[in-house]
Amino acid sequence: MKKPIIQFENFGFKYRSQAQPTLHDINLTIYEGEKVLIVGPSGSGKSTLAHCINGLIPHSYKGEKTGSLKMNGQEVYNQSIFERSKMVGTVLQDPDSQFIGITVAEDIAFSLENDCTPQDEMVNRVSQVAKLVEMDEFLSASIHHLSGGQKQRVSLGGVMVDNVDILLFDEPLANLDPATGKHAIDLIDDIQKETNKTIVIIEHRLEDVLHSKVDRIIVVNEGKIVCDAIPNELLSSTVLEENNLREPLYVKALKYAGCEVTPEIEPEHIHKVKVENCKDKLQSWFEAINAKKHSSNEPIALELQNISFGYDSDKQILHNISFSIQKGEMISIVGKNGAGKSTLSKLICGFERPSTGKILLNGRDITDDSIKERAEKIGIVMQNPNHMISKHLIFDEVAFGLKVRGIPEKEIEERVEKTLKICGLYPFRKWPINALSFGQKKRVTIASVLVMNPEVLILDEPTAGQDFRHYTEIMEFLVELNKLGVTIMMITHDMHLMLEYTPRGIAISNGEKIADDTAANLLTDERVIKKANLKETSLFELALRSGISQPREFVQQFIHYDREVRHRWQ
Amino acid sequence: MAVEMLSYIDKKSPIHSLTGATKLICLLLWSFTAMLTYDTRILLFLFVASIVIFKISKIKLKEVSFVLLLILTFLMLNNIAIYLFSPQEGVGIYGTKHVLWDLPGRYDLTAEQIFYQINITLKYFVVIPAALLFMVTTQPSEFASSLNRIGVSYRIAYSVAIALRYIPDIQRDYRNIALAQQARGIDLSRKEKLSRRLKNAAAIIVPLIFSSLERIEVISNSMDLRGFGKNKKRTWYRARPFKVGDYMAITFLTVLFIVSIIVTFHDGNRFYNPF
Repeated sequence: MKKPIIQFENFGFKYRSQAQPTLHDINLTIYEGEKVLIVGPSGSGKSTLAHCINGLIPHSYKGEKTGSLKMNGQEVYNQSIFERSKMVGTVLQDPDSQFIGITVAEDIAFSLENDCTPQDEMVNRVSQVAKLVEMDEFLSASIHHLSGGQKQRVSLGGVMVDNVDILLFDEPLANLDPATGKHAIDLIDDIQKETNKTIVIIEHRLEDVLHSKVDRIIVVNEGKIVCDAIPNELLSSTVLEENNLREPLYVKALKYAGCEVTPEIEPEHIHKVKVENCKDKLQSWFEAINAKKHSSNEPIALELQNISFGYDSDKQILHNISFSIQKGEMISIVGKNGAGKSTLSKLICGFERPSTGKILLNGRDITDDSIKERAEKIGIVMQNPNHMISKHLIFDEVAFGLKVRGIPEKEIEERVEKTLKICGLYPFRKWPINALSFGQKKRVTIASVLVMNPEVLILDEPTAGQDFRHYTEIMEFLVELNKLGVTIMMITHDMHLMLEYTPRGIAISNGEKIADDTAANLLTDERVIKKANLKETSLFELALRSGISQPREFVQQFIHYDREVRHRWQ
Repeated sequence: MAVEMLSYIDKKSPIHSLTGATKLICLLLWSFTAMLTYDTRILLFLFVASIVIFKISKIKLKEVSFVLLLILTFLMLNNIAIYLFSPQEGVGIYGTKHVLWDLPGRYDLTAEQIFYQINITLKYFVVIPAALLFMVTTQPSEFASSLNRIGVSYRIAYSVAIALRYIPDIQRDYRNIALAQQARGIDLSRKEKLSRRLKNAAAIIVPLIFSSLERIEVISNSMDLRGFGKNKKRTWYRARPFKVGDYMAITFLTVLFIVSIIVTFHDGNRFYNPF
């Protein structure tokens, strides 16, 4: 019999500022050495659950609790956060914002410093831990200069140094490119095997976490635990779909094809799933669905010719990049963290000037146009909506850009109202912005750019941190805009997004364009996947394993079919 | 634009290799010296010395030019304000009046006033490069540990260090926000009227405040989770013992301080009077 390490019994929690409890009737036991994944849509209470485990509730977030929370058999709810931090180590979601030290060694040592550990002991301990997370060669490197994956290793080191029993990961995959995310999951797995710690992962990218074995998955929604099962059972049920969570694509494909997904076929991993009995069904499903092929001959909206750029003359960030986007197209720019994707958007908007090359809009050279002049035609939406919102009311925020341009009051009103209607925000126009959810705020920022009637819209990670429902909402909204004739360019790490919504993708690696092809081709091309830190889609693997002769087409067809099904259900 | 202002610049120099505590003590002594004296000879000496120290540190003027320019602008404004509010201050101090240029009312330009204001300016030139140098040659955590070493509570010391540590991040946020707002047509350049520009500046300040608050929440959670503030004391991973250089620097600055005080006050007056 395994020893329980975390026990929630009839546990409930209500934040002081809220009328309704965020968590109720939580009964959950996690055993020593287990690896548990907690999933749930935004606002489901999964972060609150995490805060209860690591002690931020009640230390930083006050409220009322009911029931009990035990760790190692002892009631711990009122334990101080310092005692708790000796038991539970937390890796927060954004590695960038949780660093305290400047160098790797200092950051790992932070918790030891707070314990008044003597210096020589500290140095020993830090080097041990650094070895464990494979950062021992970077001890004196500045954290700022590390890659996303390395940063995550450092933050993991920073909590491992305490010799905690439980490691809690709060959305470890957010902000990581697909390949780095995969490494992060591998790393967590290795650490667990080596140290036999209890691991709790909170994440909504289910398929990515399932890349390595998970003992149990807990589904949380509306403050309750709706499912507590082993992966094979959960994936065979309809729980994920009912709770607005994305099923792994290969599981979805099997279900669409009418195959029965049961725990016996082991759907928890694409390499394991037994497809023998499904082959025929998949094949006939594939033959039955017919995606429309459309090629267009629209004029070119935006064109980059031989663009190079570097902040210093000796260090180039972008080399000789050329591509063109047709009017009304929707494309993705993908690639490693730090490959130069954001720089590219800065160049297009005129925030930076290319050192060589030309940018053309509708055939006109705009390389020398100012930010303001380009803004008439090209709109940019930043990743974090809080970086753009400066007004109190939604109407004022959307009207702001027009007001500063001195457009007459009457016209402003008309245009803003029209835009708000398109964005589905009209009923909220008199609302204060801070009453909105993150996804709605994102819409406000899109609306505030859209109101200027841009021909080209650039979005940086439009769906980062969104659950499946909000993701679908935002993306379907962008599709609508696209149909109205707005050319859309997206910078993203989300391979699903690229596959599903943008027929074409451009992959960038080390400042160079390495591919410009259909999304399905990019995600099935090993060379591109490797160079641009992407991840092969599980659909491709499924098609290969089921002996489908045209695996790439299979991927394409699935995406098409899936979107239509979801569209009908909305 | 990739250059961040006021953040640590990594170089190998004798200044960089001093411990943070030494640098802090030296900076304090240096500032006291400059603040207490109005003796032009000492100020001139300190000014030359600060140029030499700057050279030794291998920090290039270019790397701090933005902040330097900003401060110089304030210095200009300060000088103008002094003249506007107290045009005969120098006459009061030095006790003589050499009018160089007759101006209406009390605004006669006197040699004494010019000399007095030159002294003020010199003080700035003595203190500012030293302070800048301290900031760009001391890592924030080292700065915190040095504050802690001279007796400041480590909680306060660390919050100062964290603030310094986040200057580059906040600058980056600022730049991103400013660019995004400009792309919406919000003009902050001189082409706009001042009143309008101030209003437009709010479009950057408000998001900046909110995003900074977000940052603060995350970092303070992260610090709590790793046991910050648990004990009355803490140790420092990067703590370094004093070396010969540190003792030398402190001795030198102490001697400088004492000598300048003696020179300044030996005739009972803080001002050196050439008139």
